[in-house]
Amino acid sequence: MKYMLLINAGTIGEDGTAAECTVEDWMSYDKEVKDAGIFVSGESLADLVTVTAVRVEPDGKRTITDGPFAETREVLGGFYVIDVPDLDVALDWAARCPGARGSGSIVVRPIADFGA
Amino acid sequence: MGDEQRAEPGTPIAAAQQAPARASVEAVFREERGRLLASLVRRFGDLDLAEEVTSEAVEAALLHWPTTGVPARPGAWLLTTARRKAVDRLRRDQAYAARLALLHLEAERADPAPPADADGELPDERLQMFFTCAHPALAAEDRVAITLRCLAGLTTPEVARAFLVPPATMAQRIVRAKKKIREARIPFRVPGPDELPERLPGVLQVVYSVFTEGYAASSGPALQRLDLASEAIRLARILRRLLPAEREVAGLLALLLLVHARRAARTGPDGALVLLDEQDRARWDRPMIEEGRDLVVRALRGGPPGPYGVQAAIAALHDEAADLASTDWPQMVALYDVLHALTPSPVVALGRAVAVAMRDGPLAGLALLDGLAGERQLQAYHPYQAARGDLLHRLGRLSEAAAAYRQALALAGTEPERAHLRGKLDAIAPPDPPAGARR
Repeated sequence: MKYMLLINAGTIGEDGTAAECTVEDWMSYDKEVKDAGIFVSGESLADLVTVTAVRVEPDGKRTITDGPFAETREVLGGFYVIDVPDLDVALDWAARCPGARGSGSIVVRPIADFGA
Repeated sequence: MGDEQRAEPGTPIAAAQQAPARASVEAVFREERGRLLASLVRRFGDLDLAEEVTSEAVEAALLHWPTTGVPARPGAWLLTTARRKAVDRLRRDQAYAARLALLHLEAERADPAPPADADGELPDERLQMFFTCAHPALAAEDRVAITLRCLAGLTTPEVARAFLVPPATMAQRIVRAKKKIREARIPFRVPGPDELPERLPGVLQVVYSVFTEGYAASSGPALQRLDLASEAIRLARILRRLLPAEREVAGLLALLLLVHARRAARTGPDGALVLLDEQDRARWDRPMIEEGRDLVVRALRGGPPGPYGVQAAIAALHDEAADLASTDWPQMVALYDVLHALTPSPVVALGRAVAVAMRDGPLAGLALLDGLAGERQLQAYHPYQAARGDLLHRLGRLSEAAAAYRQALALAGTEPERAHLRGKLDAIAPPDPPAGARR
């Protein structure tokens, strides 16, 4: 079963990464996920200043704005998709993720299965 | 409980019992149902399918047993019948079957089935179900609802009635919880020894919530809803059998018994609330108190105390006393100190302040209560203002006492609680007589 771990950073440090953990923390977590054979995909997202939002009106007109539409306290900083047997295992991996510490949080979402 | 109540093998249920007997047979099935459901979930990995065929198997038993007699191994009979029905259902729906087979295979790999008992009866797999139903990934209200549905064997309308919500609302809640269990794949498994300390309190909390909801309904006309309190005790007994070494499980069962033992004295003939100091202690359930006290000893022996064990000890101290004045208040304060160290909260501090007032006098208690005035958790908690009213009353500060009672009255949720507070208020500040009565 596939789960997406959405990594929300509460506060962003000077370098654009979550303030509470180091690059080394992330590198070692990434290695653990890959060594465990559960890694499906994962990316970290570029700094918030690079964000652009697009919306298409009913008349087909595009609206393009700088930054995300709503001011949210939490900022999506990256994600993993992992393939594990059940929610408990997914929650364990989420808890081990450096992004879960301090003001950050990991939102765990099962990937919808339209097969079978 | 169900084990003791189960009919002797081969005993025919008297045909004369028919309709009224059906209700009692159903009651006997309640626990069997939870056991059966857990086994089927284990085998088929799907709660909806398991519920469906459990109901069908129980229906079949109700139909056949009165004439054929109760089979030698009723649990095995039910399981076989239910499995056959499940296989039929899966034959009809191939796509569903393929998906379940895959699910089941993975579950089996992760956690192989326990062997059947020597006598061929069902292995008790309800512990898995307890942990699934109380999973922290479910909303707290959903955990309680689905535990009552799947483990206490209550129907959805019964659960709805117990919580005073419309059946449709409760049905939605249960459907939502089952959908999350299925689609997010919350596993049916007992947490390992390393996870147990983290997960067990959640299971105990669910059972305790069922009890407190039954003991003091948070809203509505009836103060006590005995059914829910009894269901909670039944669930706690099952847990106690499944986890005999866990002292907090003993503590929880002890607490429930020691509080429930006072149920007959807690409401007056007119349904009015009777507080501890005015209760007729002769009406307390002595055998239940004895059972609770034995369990408190087990809960507190052999390791550091847990919060349920300490709360049970507090309840036992009340139950042992002949009246309020002769209660061992120094010991009570000491127990509250332990409880506050384990689970610091303004509500525990409130209990401690009341005990201190009994030990050292109302002024000492009032000082502690006033120290809690800023606690947000107590702002809408009517026992806080009621306790202040009592202490102010004892100090002869009547207008302040009346103000405190009025605040409590505005916050109290049930009519018996409000009636009780109105009584206290009237005792110190009689209401104005109706205009017509004035001279």
